Amino acid sequence: MMASADNTLDLDQRVRALHASDRKSLVGVRIREFGVYVVLFLCGVFSLLITVAILGVLVTETINFFRADEVTIANFLGSTQWTPLLGNQKSFGIWALISGTMSVMVIAMCIALPLGLITAVYLSEYAPPRVRGVLKPVLEVLAGVPTVVYGFFALMVITPTLQWFHSGFGVFNATSGGIAVGILCLPTVCSLAEDALQAVPRSLRDGVYGMGGTRFDATVKVIIPAALSGIISAFLLAIARAIGETMIVAIACGSRPQVTLDPRDEIQTMTGFMVQMAGGDVSNFGTEYYSMYAVAFTLFIITLSLTMVGNVVRKRYREAYE
Amino acid sequence: MSHSDQPERDPNEMPSHRIEGAADDSGTSTASSSSSSSGSGNQYTLRDSRGRQFKEKAFRWICVATATVSVAVLGWLLTSILTQGIPALTPELLTNAPEPDPSQAGIRPALFGTIWVCALCGLMTLPIGIATAILLEEFKPKSKFAAWIYDVIQLNISNLAGVPSVVYGILGLTAFVSMFGLFDTSATENYQGLEMGVKYYDQFFSEGDRSILLPVPDVSAEITQPSSGMNAYMFAQDADGNSLIDYSKLVPTKINVISYDDEYPEDESVLESTIFEDAQAGRVSQKRWYYFRLPFGRGVLAGAMTLMLVILPVIIISSQESLRAVPSSLRDGARGMGATPWQVVRTVTLPAAIPGIMTGSILAMSRAIGETAPILIIAGIVYIRNAPQHLMDDFTVMPLQIYNWTSRPQEEFHHIAAGGIIVLLAILLSFNGIAVFIRQRVQKPLS
Repeated sequence: MMASADNTLDLDQRVRALHASDRKSLVGVRIREFGVYVVLFLCGVFSLLITVAILGVLVTETINFFRADEVTIANFLGSTQWTPLLGNQKSFGIWALISGTMSVMVIAMCIALPLGLITAVYLSEYAPPRVRGVLKPVLEVLAGVPTVVYGFFALMVITPTLQWFHSGFGVFNATSGGIAVGILCLPTVCSLAEDALQAVPRSLRDGVYGMGGTRFDATVKVIIPAALSGIISAFLLAIARAIGETMIVAIACGSRPQVTLDPRDEIQTMTGFMVQMAGGDVSNFGTEYYSMYAVAFTLFIITLSLTMVGNVVRKRYREAYE
Repeated sequence: MSHSDQPERDPNEMPSHRIEGAADDSGTSTASSSSSSSGSGNQYTLRDSRGRQFKEKAFRWICVATATVSVAVLGWLLTSILTQGIPALTPELLTNAPEPDPSQAGIRPALFGTIWVCALCGLMTLPIGIATAILLEEFKPKSKFAAWIYDVIQLNISNLAGVPSVVYGILGLTAFVSMFGLFDTSATENYQGLEMGVKYYDQFFSEGDRSILLPVPDVSAEITQPSSGMNAYMFAQDADGNSLIDYSKLVPTKINVISYDDEYPEDESVLESTIFEDAQAGRVSQKRWYYFRLPFGRGVLAGAMTLMLVILPVIIISSQESLRAVPSSLRDGARGMGATPWQVVRTVTLPAAIPGIMTGSILAMSRAIGETAPILIIAGIVYIRNAPQHLMDDFTVMPLQIYNWTSRPQEEFHHIAAGGIIVLLAILLSFNGIAVFIRQRVQKPLS
C-alpha cells in the first residue's frame, strides 16, 4: 500500500516536473519549416525556369536569324531548298528538313505503332505470367539501349540487310534510320499502351466473356475502345520521340536535305542538321549558325504541341471507371 | 483463367437456342465440336462461330509472332554487335587514348569523361529533382494561387519530359557554354571571363626541350620581355634529363639572356637557364583541380548541367510516383503525433520512398550515360587524349566517342566502335541490374 502511494506520488511529481519544464519554443521549428518550404519551392520553380530559358534562348536567337539579310520568313516557311552552307545562293526552306523528319517518322511509326500495340495487347490480355516475366525486361532493355547504339545498328546491320533485299538502297537512307527509330519507340508505345489497357477494369472484360465473346472480341470491341485515350496519347508521345530522335538519323540517314518520297534516298532531318552544325562544319556565328536555333525552335514547337495534344487527349477523353 | 468458363447464351449474336462454348485456350476444341454436333439446323451460327474461333486463334498467333519479333530484334542487335566487337575487346581498348591507329585506339578518356560528367550530373540533379517531387507530393498547396503554381509546375514537367534532348543541348550551349554571351569573350582574344585557380606563364623554348616559364599576372598581359636575372621557373627533369611536363614540379631559377653577339655559356647550369633575346614566348597556363571560370566553356561542368536538364523531368516523375506509393496511413500516423510537414517527410515518407527513388534515379542516370546528342552539341567532336583534370576541362563521353568512330569510313574503326558499345552496354546493364535488384529486394510492401 505504502509502496504504491509512493509510486503515485513519484509519478505525480514527474508529470508536474514535465509540465513545469520549459517548453521548446516552436519559433525555431516554424522558421525551419518555412525555410525548407522555400528551398523546395525554389527547386520546383527551377523546372519552370528551364522552360522559360528554352523559350527565351530559342526565340531570341531565331529572331536574330530572321534579322539577317539573306533570310526571309517566306523563304523559311515556303521553300523546299535547305542549302545554308552553299556559298552565295543560300536558301533556308525548312520543308526540306521537315520532310526528312516526317519520312523517318512515318517509317518508324509503321513499325512501332502496330507492333507496340499488339505486343501491349498480348502482354496485357494473353501472355501467361512466365512469358510476361521474360518479355517485359526484354522491352525494358530495348528501351535502355543508347540511341548511338541503334545508329550503329542501323548503319552496320539494317542498311546491308536492306541492300541485300534491294540494291537501290544507298549507304545512307531514310528506311534504315526509320526502322531503327521504330525499334527504339516500340517499348515506349508498348509500355504506355499496356498501362492504358491494364487500367480498363476487369468487370468490362468479364462482361464480354459473359456474353460469350472471345478474347479477340473483348480486346477489339471493348478493351481497346475503352483504353483509346491512353493508347492515342502513347502514340502521340512515340511520334514526338521519333521526331526528336537525333543520333540514329545523324548516323544512318545521311546529310542531304531534300523533299523526296523515295525511302531509299539519303535525307536530312531537323535533328540531323543540328548535329551536323554542332559537329564542327561551321564554327563562326553567321546566319547558318543561327539557322540551327530556328530549326530547334521549329522542332520544339512540333514536339511540344504533340505532347500538349497528348495531355489533353489523356485528360479529356479518358473514360473514368469506378 | 479467372473469367467464366461456363457456357453462356448470347441473345444478340446467337439467334439459335444452341449453347455456345465460351472461347478459351482449353475451351476451343470443345466449343468447335459442340457447335458442329448441334449446328445441323443453323449454318449461319456455325460459320460465324468458326470465324470467331479462327479470328481468335489468328490473333493469338499474331500476338505471339509480334512478341517474338521484339525479342528477336534484341537478339539480332546484340549478336551483331558482339560479333563485330568481341575481337576489338582488348585491355588496350580500356586503357588507351583514341589513337589514329585503330589497333591502338582506346576509350580511356571517354570512360573518365563519362564518369566525371555523370557523377556531377547526379550530384546536381538528384537534390533538385527529389526536392521538386517532395514539394509537389507532400506539401499540398494551401492557397488558390499556390495551387495554380503547382498545376503549372506539374504540366511543365510532363511537357519537359517530351522535349527532344538535342533542344536541351542547344539550351546548354547558349546558357552554360557561352552564358548567353554576357561575357564578351570575342572582344579580346585571350580574355577568359572570370577565372580562379589558374596561373599563367610565358614559355620560352631554348636549346633542346628546355623550357623556361616566366609568370605573368593574368592572361591578357603583354608578352614579357626577358632580361637577365629575372625570376623564372623550369620544368623539373627526370633521371634521363628529359623535362617532366608537370606543373607541380617547377624549379625556380634565374634566367640568363644572351644575344647572338654574346659568348655562348659553357657552364651547364647557366646554359640550362639561358635564352636568346629574340626567343618567342607562348602563353601557357597551369590549372588547379579547382579551376573555375565564367562562362563555363565547353567543359565538363557545362556537359553535366546540360544532362541535368535532360534527366531532371525523368527523376522528378519517378520520385513522385514512388512518393505516391507510400500509404497515407503512415503520414497520418506521423502527423497525429504532432510532426511538422518536413518532419513527416524526413522521418517517414522519404525513408519509405527511398528504394523507389533510387531505382528511378539509377535508370535516369543510365539514360544520362547513354545520352549523346546534347553532349555532342556542347562538346563538339574534338580529339581528346586525356581524362578531364578539372571542371572546365574539355571532355568526351563514351557514346560520343562511339559516334565519332562510327561516322568514320574505315572498317577498323567500326569494329572498335562495336567494342566500345559492348563496354557501354555492360555498364548500362549493370546499372539496370542494380535498379532491378533494389526494386526486388529492398522495396517492401508497406500496406
